[in-house]
Amino acid sequence: MQLELSPTDAEFRDRMREFFTTKVPQQIRDTVLEGRHLTKDQIIEAQRTLNAEGLAVPHWPTEWGGQDWTDLQRHLWHEEMQRAGVPIPLAFNASMIGPVIAHFGTQEQKERFLPATANLDIWWSQGFSEPDAGSDLASLRTAAVRDGDDWVVNGQKTWTTLGQHGDWIFTLVRTDPEVKKQAGISMLLIDMTSPGVEVRPIELIDGGHEVNEVWFSDVRVPGDLLVGELNGGWTIAKFLLGNERVGVAPVGATKRALSALKANAGDLLDDPLVRARIAELENDLLALELTALRVVAHSSDGAPHPASSVLKLRGTELQQAVSELALDLAGPASLAARADDDSPQAGWARRAAPTYLNLRKASIYGGSNEIQRQIISRTILGL
Amino acid sequence: MDFTYDDEQQALREAVRGLLATTYADHEARRRTVADDPGFDEALWGRLADMGVLGLPFSEDDGGVGAGPVEIGVVCQELGRVLAPEPYLASVVHAGGLVAAVGTPEQKADLLGRLSSGEIVLAAADTSPGARWSSGTDGVRASVSGDAWTLDGVADPVVGGARADHLVVTAALPDGGTGVFLVAGDDVDRTGYVAADLTRAATVRLDGTAATPLGEPGRDLAPSIATISDLTRIMGANQALGVMQSQVRATTDYLKSRKQFGVTLNTFQALTFRAADMYVSLELAQSMVDWATMTIAGGDPGAVADAADRVGLTISRAGRHIGQEAIQLHGGIGMTAEYAVGVGTAHLEVLDQWLGNRGHHLARLASRVDDHDLVDALS
Repeated sequence: MQLELSPTDAEFRDRMREFFTTKVPQQIRDTVLEGRHLTKDQIIEAQRTLNAEGLAVPHWPTEWGGQDWTDLQRHLWHEEMQRAGVPIPLAFNASMIGPVIAHFGTQEQKERFLPATANLDIWWSQGFSEPDAGSDLASLRTAAVRDGDDWVVNGQKTWTTLGQHGDWIFTLVRTDPEVKKQAGISMLLIDMTSPGVEVRPIELIDGGHEVNEVWFSDVRVPGDLLVGELNGGWTIAKFLLGNERVGVAPVGATKRALSALKANAGDLLDDPLVRARIAELENDLLALELTALRVVAHSSDGAPHPASSVLKLRGTELQQAVSELALDLAGPASLAARADDDSPQAGWARRAAPTYLNLRKASIYGGSNEIQRQIISRTILGL
Repeated sequence: MDFTYDDEQQALREAVRGLLATTYADHEARRRTVADDPGFDEALWGRLADMGVLGLPFSEDDGGVGAGPVEIGVVCQELGRVLAPEPYLASVVHAGGLVAAVGTPEQKADLLGRLSSGEIVLAAADTSPGARWSSGTDGVRASVSGDAWTLDGVADPVVGGARADHLVVTAALPDGGTGVFLVAGDDVDRTGYVAADLTRAATVRLDGTAATPLGEPGRDLAPSIATISDLTRIMGANQALGVMQSQVRATTDYLKSRKQFGVTLNTFQALTFRAADMYVSLELAQSMVDWATMTIAGGDPGAVADAADRVGLTISRAGRHIGQEAIQLHGGIGMTAEYAVGVGTAHLEVLDQWLGNRGHHLARLASRVDDHDLVDALS
C-alpha cells in the first residue's frame, strides 16, 4: 500500500502535462474547457498534434504507433488530457476500430487503415445499433448478402454519433440469418461515399445534431473489407466493447466541470446548500478516481477488471449530477440557451440546459447503466 | 502507487481472521459474549495481546510492535467482519493513541506496555452529554492546586468506559486549552450501559477526582487530541468496511438460496439490481478507506483531518445504504437479533454516531470548498 507515484510515473505525468498544456493549440483547449462544441477541423487538428508525438493511440500495438505503457501510465495520459482540455482522440478511431483491426485484421487491412486511422485521415463512424437492436445488440437485422466477391448490404443503423463527418463506417451485419442470432453476425468496413449510403440527422433534446441514422440500400462492399472470420462479428463486438479498462469513467472531465462550476458560481457559493452539494460531489469524484486507480493498478493480463462496470455506472451518474448542479446554479439564465450571441446572460449559464439534457445519454450509451448492473450482479456477485 | 496488501499484511489478516474465528465462528457466539458484562471476551483479548495485535500502533520502545496504519486497518476490518465487540478502537486506537501522542516517555512506556500486553484496558473520555464530535470539551474541567490536579464534570458516552482500568480524559484547562489526564477507573462514578449494537459504553462522573496530567502539565493538547480523533475516525471506517463486506456477502448468498414463489430470490431483477448497487457503494467505500488509511502514513495532520472527513462522509452514506438494503433484501430475518445482518446495521450506526456522522463531515468539507480548485487523488 502506497499512495505516491513512483518517480518514473511522476516524471511521466509531468511530461504529459507539459505537452498537453503547451503543444495543443490554446484555442482548442479553451473550447473544451468552456464546454463549447468543437468543430470537425479542431478535433482533427488536436488528434494530429497528439499523433505526431506518438500520443494519439498509445494502447495500440507498438508496430502500429502504440506505446509500451502500463495501464497506470495510460490512465495518467488520459487524465492529464482531460485536465488540460485536450480533446480525447476520436473514440471510434482510437478506441474502437483501431484495436479491432490491429487484433483481427489482415496485414493488408492493417497497412491500409491503421496509420490513417491513428492520424484521423479517415474519420470512422460506428454502425452497431439499430432501431430494434439497442441493448440487445445481437438482434440486429442489417443484412449482407454475398454476390460474387462482394457483399450487398441493406438495412438501417442508428445513433451514429458524428456520422455526418464520417468517411468510413464499421458495421455489424447479419451474414447468416439461419443460425442463433449471435452466430450469424460479421463485421464489414464500408466506405460512406459508396452509392446507397445515406446519412440522416437526428435532432436531440439539446437542440444539437450529434447523432444520425445511416441507411444502406444495395450498397456493394468489396469482400476484402470483412474483418476477422465470417460470422465472427459477435466475438469482435465483445472484444471492442469489453476492451477498455482505462478511461471508462470520465473522471478528469467531470472534475474539471465541477471546478469550472465553482469558479462560475460567484455569490451562490455563499449558499450552504450549494456548498454541501459541491462538497459531496467532490468527495464522490475522489472515491471514483481512487477506484479507477485501483482498477488500473491491478492490471495484469489486460483482462477487464470487474469493477470497470462500477466505473461506468458511477462515472456517468456523477457526470450527470455535476451538470444538474450547473443547471441549478444557472437558474433563469439557462432559459437563454438558444438566444443570440449578444445575450447578456453568461455563456456557461446558457450552455447549462443543453449540457444537462445532452448528458442524459451518458447512462445509456456504451452499455446502459442497467446493463452494467446486470454485469455486476451476474459476473461479480454471481446472482 | 499501490493499492495491494503485501505478503506480511496478508499474513496478518489471515492470522487475525483465524484467531477471531476461534471465538466468533458464528453470530450466536457473539450474542453469548455480549449478553454479559464486560460485553467482550477477555480471553480473546488476551490472545490478541499474545499475537501482538494490541501493541500494533505503539513503538517497540513503548512495548508495542511499531506497525503502520495499514496493519491497524487490517485488524479493524477483520473485527468488523465478525462484529467483534472487543474494544480495540476505543482502547487501543483511541485511548492508546492519545497516550502515545501526548504522554511523557515514562508514561508511554508504562501505559502502552501494559495495554499491549493485555494487562490493562483503557478508555477515552472525550465527549460530554450533548456534545457532537468537538475536540476538547467543556464538559470536564481540570483544576490544579500545587502539583495536584483534579477533574470535575461528566463524560458520556465513554465507549468501553465501565470495564476500563484507566480512563484517558480530555478536560478544559484552568488557563485555557485542553489537557489530557489519566484517571483510575475505580476512582470515578461510572454507570455502564448497552449501546444499540450491544457493545458497551458508560456515563462517567468526575467530582474532584484525582488525575495525572499526560505529558507536560497545563499544556494545550487540542491539536494532538484532534489528530487522534481523526485517526480513530479512519480506523472506524476500516471497521465499518469489514461490516459492510460481510453484509454484502450475506445478502448475495441469501438471494441465491432463499426461495419464494418456488424460485430463488436472485430470479428477481428488482432484487439483484439493488444488490449490484450495494456492491458499487462497497467498492467506492473500500477505495476511500484504503486512501485515507494510506494518508495517515504521510504524517501531515491537515491531510489526515481532511482524509477523516472524506472517508467519514463516504462510509456514513455507504453504511446507511448497505445497512438498510441488507435488512430489506433479507426480509423479516434481517430484523432478528439472532441474525448478524441487522446487528451489523446497528453496529454501523454506533460507529458513525460515535466517531462522526455524515452531516458532521459534510459540514466540515462544505466549509472548505473554496480552499481548492479541485480534489486530486494523487498529489
